[in-house]
Amino acid sequence: MATVTTAAEIGGSARRALRYGSISRGRRRALYWSYFFLVLFVVFFLTPPLYMLVTSLKSSAEIGAVTNPWWVYHPTLDNYAALLGDRQFLTFFKNSAVVSVCVVSVTMVIAVLAAFSLARMGFWGSATLATGVFLTYLIPDTLLFIPLFKIFAWVHDVTGIEFINHWWILIFLYPTLTVPFCTWIMIGYFASIPKELDEAALIDGASYFQVLTRIFIPVALPGIIAATIFAFTVSWANFLYPLAFTTSADQLVLPAGIVTTLIKGDVFNWGQIMTGALLGAAPPLIIYAFLMDYYISGLTAGATKG
Amino acid sequence: MADAVVSDVKTPAVGRRVGRRSVSRHRSIVGFLFALPLIAVIAGLVVYPAGYAIHLATLNKSMQHFVGFDNFRFLFKRNTFWMVVEQSCLFAVTAVIFKAVVGFVVAHFVHNIPQKGQRKWRGMLLVPWVIPPAMSTLAWLWLFDPSYSAFNWVFAHLGIPQVAWLGNAYWARFCVILVNVWVGSPFFMIMYLAALKSVPEQLHEAAAIDGANWLQKIWYINLPMMRNIIQITALFSLIVTFANFDIVKILTNGGPVDQTHVFGTWAFTLAIWGNDIPLGASVSLFMAPILAVAAFFILRNVRKRGNEA
Amino acid sequence: MAQVALRNIVKMFDKTPAVQGIDLDIADREFIVLVGPSGCGKSTTLRMIAGLEEATSGEIYIGDQLVNDVPPKDRDIAMVFQNYALYPHMTVYENMSFGLRLKKFPKQEIKQRVEAAAQILDITNLLDRRPKALSGGQRQRVAMGRAIVRNPKVFLFDEPLSNLDAKLRVQMRTEIKKVHQKVTTTTVYVTHDQVEAMTLADRVVVMNAGRIEQIGPPNELYHNPKTRFVAGFIGSPAMNFLPARIVNGGSNLAIRLSEKLSLPVPESRTARYKPYIDKEIVFGLRPEDIIEKRGAVPPGSAAFDVQLDVVEPMGMETMVYFIVDGIEVCGRVNPTAAKEAGENMDLVADMTHMHLIDPATDQVI
Repeated sequence: MATVTTAAEIGGSARRALRYGSISRGRRRALYWSYFFLVLFVVFFLTPPLYMLVTSLKSSAEIGAVTNPWWVYHPTLDNYAALLGDRQFLTFFKNSAVVSVCVVSVTMVIAVLAAFSLARMGFWGSATLATGVFLTYLIPDTLLFIPLFKIFAWVHDVTGIEFINHWWILIFLYPTLTVPFCTWIMIGYFASIPKELDEAALIDGASYFQVLTRIFIPVALPGIIAATIFAFTVSWANFLYPLAFTTSADQLVLPAGIVTTLIKGDVFNWGQIMTGALLGAAPPLIIYAFLMDYYISGLTAGATKG
Repeated sequence: MADAVVSDVKTPAVGRRVGRRSVSRHRSIVGFLFALPLIAVIAGLVVYPAGYAIHLATLNKSMQHFVGFDNFRFLFKRNTFWMVVEQSCLFAVTAVIFKAVVGFVVAHFVHNIPQKGQRKWRGMLLVPWVIPPAMSTLAWLWLFDPSYSAFNWVFAHLGIPQVAWLGNAYWARFCVILVNVWVGSPFFMIMYLAALKSVPEQLHEAAAIDGANWLQKIWYINLPMMRNIIQITALFSLIVTFANFDIVKILTNGGPVDQTHVFGTWAFTLAIWGNDIPLGASVSLFMAPILAVAAFFILRNVRKRGNEA
Repeated sequence: MAQVALRNIVKMFDKTPAVQGIDLDIADREFIVLVGPSGCGKSTTLRMIAGLEEATSGEIYIGDQLVNDVPPKDRDIAMVFQNYALYPHMTVYENMSFGLRLKKFPKQEIKQRVEAAAQILDITNLLDRRPKALSGGQRQRVAMGRAIVRNPKVFLFDEPLSNLDAKLRVQMRTEIKKVHQKVTTTTVYVTHDQVEAMTLADRVVVMNAGRIEQIGPPNELYHNPKTRFVAGFIGSPAMNFLPARIVNGGSNLAIRLSEKLSLPVPESRTARYKPYIDKEIVFGLRPEDIIEKRGAVPPGSAAFDVQLDVVEPMGMETMVYFIVDGIEVCGRVNPTAAKEAGENMDLVADMTHMHLIDPATDQVI
């Protein structure tokens, strides 16, 4: 066909091309529209964090002045200095960090062991348990905090150990949110490892525990990183449990601490509040910036695996 | 050789023999032990408290005696309760629909642009989901501030009348939904983008040859192929949105005059501030039926996905 | 080094039988191939020897030890899997030494053994690579290396070549044979490919529907199949089967295939087939025993004339297909003698290689 192109055909195709406009031009226009709308959405999505940043760089005087709120005329780091020099704020930070690290460790040990068992070992009722894990993930903290509050009050009555209004109670509470989901996505990651791999290891002389530590954990490392990130963000961000279970200023963790201590009655020191919020958002944002792909794979794993 | 070989093999002496099935029994015992911490956490910190909530809901305020359904009867007579029911449903359904639409549209835009730029855009678009909601809601609270609202400043310059964002019941409802959509749509975007990536390009090419325009491609190819993910994500988000606490608590704390309370925040107000734990438990239990229905459908969809794969 | 014995092994998966009563004795240093169509229970049998599946009943011996309740790691076996099952996060060296490291062998000995095995398999230059950076054939070698290093009592191979392309498969087949000649460990090898089975095995075990059809050296299976299944499974292209009737054709017996076509039974078989006179039987003859007519018909052969239906030139030979009573029959002729489709051709059947099968029992008569 290509060799026998007549003049008439050339003319015909040229005329047709004119009528339709070029394909590449149509594509380019679609691309420009896509970029246009993406910019709009990015503006919508990034306005609050950028506004946080803008406000955090302002002095109280500038915040109160009738100037363009979207712009900083006299940038200052006073708010950062004030908060980072404030013992109370540093306590929040420390509490949050310790709680998150403990919760992440506990969660990952429980989740990895259980996921290995549910994905590979199997025992009576293990299939039901796997479904149960998923269902418990759907039970929200807003339903659990009231009975948990009573249960810990009862533990105090029985053992004499006071849990309520101590920051470390959160180490017991946050696993209700992290363990089910982390187990669920780890089951998905482990199930995607070919069965022959553990059979080969068993024949090579590994015990079940060695199969887990020397084969499964290294092979499913991306999944483990994703689950770790999830556990960390959840325990760093939770707001309800600390608000309900801790009240003294020295027992608070970051989100609850910023909201309850920086908002004093009707006096809003917005410069400091925005600075605190930005500092509170920083750890998850930094982790996200460096491990975005793991973060996203963990996010989508819940529905696409298992 | 064959026959020679067979005669070589003496029937081996009966060796030592431990109890039958010991290998598989060992396997399930080890498996059970590995799962034991999980079982303990789920039973002790999730299942038992959830059951205990039902018990709590049947006690009187001082939690000394059983009052049966009195808490619920009391709730049914209160206007605030019905307002909370209405607001919770309105809030959850509207927010999920908008999150799904925004997520779907943005996912398509991201999918449209060249592959190598996608990572950057996706990275920026997911930021609202990464920031702890309590922190980002503070920023929104400041944006909606009655005297310094940065939005109103823009409106003033454009000649649009000022809005009492959180002071007026309707605007306050709009605001909590807006913030929720802002927080949640990036999650939908990521899920839908992952689903879009799994639609084979040949299908689009085949459809193009069959004469489909872009809208028809979305309608006849993308939507059916993504249906399962769309459903799972929406149901999942419905649960989370229905049980929302952070946004409403910080943005309006239920106000003005309890107009924006959802189950979570109202239960908190009753139980922790009002010190009436049984009443708070009764309110929070109203989330359970919705959760159960959504969970049922999610599970069905996840199973279906499993079978397709 | 050890012999392996299976005594009446049965395996049920949720009440569906996968293996129904297998007895098998494998001698020390023997290379045994289990072959059969997919779902015949050959892999399950292998996995029971490995200890990856538990036998529902029956006894498995490795050496003199009853191993039914012994976990795989204590059976002293090594296995090569279809998808190689190399540990993706370990280098080739680490992959091969994993078992030895678990058993806490001294470092020096591990090094020695791995290097010796690498030498045999010619993978010394790959030792610090990851599996991802290896080709299919190289992965296969590493998987074998991992088995050799362990110096186990028994090698188990589970369809090790089926993920390779055709050319590489032939090459690796030779490789496996060479390795076995060097290492001489008792080997049980599972495949669905009868060519692999024939070329590798000391003895082939043909399995079908969870049972053993026949055990024997490759040539015995080819020339003296005991059942219709073995006759049809071994050999490619497969044996032709035609329903027929034995008739008394005067002094000799004859196989009556259709109204028009009867073939004489060689005298040597007359006594064997006499009891089946006038009975319905199935006549089996391999394509290589149906050739073009070259001059005089040799004794024991029968000439006949057919119209060709399809002709497939293969280069070295030409396959000709013709129809006998509605059934397609294949012959294997010299390319220079082949006629065109639709033409008539004189063919000769070598009746000394024929098989008769009793359709009631599917046993070869």
